[in-house]
Amino acid sequence: MKTWASTRAATGGQVGLRRREPLWQRIHVDPWLLLLILVLGAVGGFVLYSGSSRSIPVLSRQGVSFAIGLGAMLVIAQFNPRFMQRWVPFAYIGGVLLLLAVLLVGTEAKGAQRWLTIPGVMRFQPSELMKLIMPMSMAWYLARRNLPPSFKYVAVGMLIILLPTVLVLKQPDLGTSLLVASAGIFVLLLAGLRWRYIIGASVLLAPAAIAMWFFVLHPYQKQRVLTFLNPESDPLGSGWNIIQSKAAIGSGGVFGKGWLQGTQSHLDFLPEGHTDFIIAVLAEEFGLVGVCLLLMVYLLVIARGFYITLQAQDSFGKLLAGSITLTFFVYVFVNIGMVSGLLPVVGVPLPLISYGGTALVTLLSGFGILMSIHTHRKWMTQG
Amino acid sequence: MAKPIHLKDHSKDSQIVQQRIVLAAVLVCLLISGLVARMYHLQVTQFEHHSTLSENNRVHVQPIPPGRGRIYDRNQVILAENRPSFSVSITRERVPDLPETFKLLQTLLELSDEDIESSRRRLAQSRRPFESVPVMFELSDEQIARISVNQFRLPGVEVQASFVRHYPLAEHFAHAVGYVGRINEQELKRIDPVAYAGTHYIGKTGIERYYEDLLHGTVGYEEVETNARGRVLRVLKRTDPLPGRDLTLHLDSRLQAVAERALGNRRGAVIAIEPETGGVLAFVSQPGFDPNLFVTGISYADYGALRDSLDQPLFNRVLRGLYPPGSTIKPMVAIAGLDSGAATRSSRVFDPGFYQLPNYSHKYRNWNRGGDGWVDMARAIARSNDTYFYDLAHKIGIDGMHDYLSKFGLGTRVSLDLFEEAAGLMPSREWKRNARRQPWYPGETLITGIGQGYMLTTPLQLAQAVSLVANKGVWRRPRLLMHADGQPPDESGTPENIELKNPEDWDFIISAMEDVMHAEHGTSRTAALGAPYRMAGKTGTAQVVAIAQGERYDSESLQERHRDHALFVGFAPVDAPKIAVAVMVENGESGGRVAAPVARALFDAWLLPAVEPVEFSEEAQP
Repeated sequence: MKTWASTRAATGGQVGLRRREPLWQRIHVDPWLLLLILVLGAVGGFVLYSGSSRSIPVLSRQGVSFAIGLGAMLVIAQFNPRFMQRWVPFAYIGGVLLLLAVLLVGTEAKGAQRWLTIPGVMRFQPSELMKLIMPMSMAWYLARRNLPPSFKYVAVGMLIILLPTVLVLKQPDLGTSLLVASAGIFVLLLAGLRWRYIIGASVLLAPAAIAMWFFVLHPYQKQRVLTFLNPESDPLGSGWNIIQSKAAIGSGGVFGKGWLQGTQSHLDFLPEGHTDFIIAVLAEEFGLVGVCLLLMVYLLVIARGFYITLQAQDSFGKLLAGSITLTFFVYVFVNIGMVSGLLPVVGVPLPLISYGGTALVTLLSGFGILMSIHTHRKWMTQG
Repeated sequence: MAKPIHLKDHSKDSQIVQQRIVLAAVLVCLLISGLVARMYHLQVTQFEHHSTLSENNRVHVQPIPPGRGRIYDRNQVILAENRPSFSVSITRERVPDLPETFKLLQTLLELSDEDIESSRRRLAQSRRPFESVPVMFELSDEQIARISVNQFRLPGVEVQASFVRHYPLAEHFAHAVGYVGRINEQELKRIDPVAYAGTHYIGKTGIERYYEDLLHGTVGYEEVETNARGRVLRVLKRTDPLPGRDLTLHLDSRLQAVAERALGNRRGAVIAIEPETGGVLAFVSQPGFDPNLFVTGISYADYGALRDSLDQPLFNRVLRGLYPPGSTIKPMVAIAGLDSGAATRSSRVFDPGFYQLPNYSHKYRNWNRGGDGWVDMARAIARSNDTYFYDLAHKIGIDGMHDYLSKFGLGTRVSLDLFEEAAGLMPSREWKRNARRQPWYPGETLITGIGQGYMLTTPLQLAQAVSLVANKGVWRRPRLLMHADGQPPDESGTPENIELKNPEDWDFIISAMEDVMHAEHGTSRTAALGAPYRMAGKTGTAQVVAIAQGERYDSESLQERHRDHALFVGFAPVDAPKIAVAVMVENGESGGRVAAPVARALFDAWLLPAVEPVEFSEEAQP
């Protein structure tokens, strides 16, 4: 951590730092966020144990991923945001190249090409990396302009968003491309994107979509869009999951059936009970009360994220922190909305609870960035 | 012009972001409230509903398989239908003790160990949780009664009425129509699992396979409430399935019966095409087999018997039987000779009974060892003179013959909708270089000219080639489907018509083929005796065993199965062809004596008013 040390020494020297920084600030950890993350991890462990039909291997693998994620978070938090800012353009180019590599030589699994394999070393998903690179790139690009951004910068920004989004969509991975795109769009919105652009875009897109529907799409494509929007019209395909998850959630009632007492999730009625549909297990076993408590914890995480955003000292930090926080919210909202039958079925996990190591590490790395932004502020200006 | 310098206004920037964050916070709160409201709706307002569903009862989505389309011949005679049948289904998740249940079923239904083993295998193929899988078929009334009485000892076991494919004309159309069978592992990977959710059968061969998409239909479903023992209590929602399309084929079962009767007990293939439409009127590959055996799964014993039979009943001779075409291709070689300028109608060749290439000692023999003397093209076709065609082939060259004969569809897949047709082989210099890594020898050109050597064709290709002569070069691909509920098959991909420099060459060749049937010196005149219409044809034989140089062909000494195959192609009537036929009789020896009368029977049945109704004769099948 030489870079961090020297940077800190330099800035510290400039402002003539006298007061000793608090311990948390020195180790670059935000205690509130850490506490909330640990609470969510613990809840996740309990629900996962039940949702995976008491599978110890699943639980221990998730535990290892969680530990790796926490490690990544702590390491990332040590880097100064200024240092990150310097490397963002290269990270973006590298990320796009990796996504191209996935399309050309990627490893296929379950009908989608999402992985890059380095033979004998490792396998990873460049699209996950893009979830972090995207908000950093947009924040880097817009932070150096006057806000709100003028039309030219908005247009270039849209291109920066579109390129990796399309590449991820090609894999095909709808859920991740949605998260990548929204991370970029949130930066634009936070940067004060003028209302006339927002309204203008919606006015232009609506007729285009309607024209597509009537003149371009084939009947079978229309059918697919309709099934996507209303999965219950396809009860043998994606609707099966929704019908079962709604029954699981609904039968939980106010207080739930109790831990490990859920019937729907344990009778193989609920597929993917430990991954994307895990909230149904929680809702069945802990009821409305459990769901509300979980949402409360999520809300606290988001509130802390907003607080960090407001406290950030430069535009880069503000835009980046705000985007990461809002993306975290998108995870929560899209996942719960999907499982409860409000939204189409998109492969988005419930953050910090669903089984899945890659997403966990990405999420915790995002929190590492938040912590870095919050703990590398110049202490003097606070007073 | 100096541009104004824009300074970055940090406090304004930070104010903007601050405003947006407040806005975002409000939105986040609203949306989270939305989620809470949704959960409240599901867990409090609809609690009773969901709780009853999950406590004693289960919501269950049951696919309703669509009715498979029926298959008719051109006169609406049913070739494939769906027959109601009772079967036993097992839902594995509801059976407490599977081995015990199977043991009980075995004693109740008096089944053999092998039956139980195949049921077990069927159950192992179940695809979704709580899927009820049919494992035993065609139950008798007594068996149904026994299960009903013992139902309380058999949780998870149900008697279901379902439809099973049935082929009323059994072996007579097995090779043309094909059959359905249970979906296997490989097919499972290929099909859309949703569309086939309730379907246990899929087309395996023939029309059943080729038009699987049309025949299958669209799956329906039922959302039902079942109790813990799997009984359906209530239907919550139902969407009806859409039945598959009914197919009407060009086939005529009356003509099919005539062809089988004419073929008698011999092994062979008969195919009749309507030149104008390309419609296949008769499609006989003998011996056949009973496709009904395959529908619910054939037993090992039955399958072994069919597979190991010396007569190869499972072998589709029309589509996959590869034979040297012999002299049947001489009319097409003659057209190649005329159109390429290698020969004229009147150019003559002297036949001493053999042909020799310049500077080679090898004698290429005519079938008539005494020789036919001076022969011109028309006489060479009528007499099937080999020497003339050795000479003609030498003049055209192998590449020229390859180009012309390919236009007739030889060496290519010609059909529009026949499943797994073999392409055959039309050799060329390039083919031999690539496939054998050898140069082409001049002698090989000669024997190609009389349809021997490397060349291999299917009876279907021969029928199509002669149908093209009848059509004077106009391509119509052979097809079985006339229409699917009124919709004709897709014609795209039809090869280019054969355009001759002098179209009158067609008439010349047709009249030479007419001589084969009607002239004094024709090789097949006995088959045409007494016909009230004019027909055109060409005989041929395909060697099964090569004859060494100098050895005389002696059919007595050869085993029956080593005798030559008898071939015949032809069409009638000559001036407005209504039917073109290819006949292949395995080990039939003589095209004129054995194969041509089969074609004559088909011509008569198709062109003359029926004297008496024709039925399939049972003794025609071995």
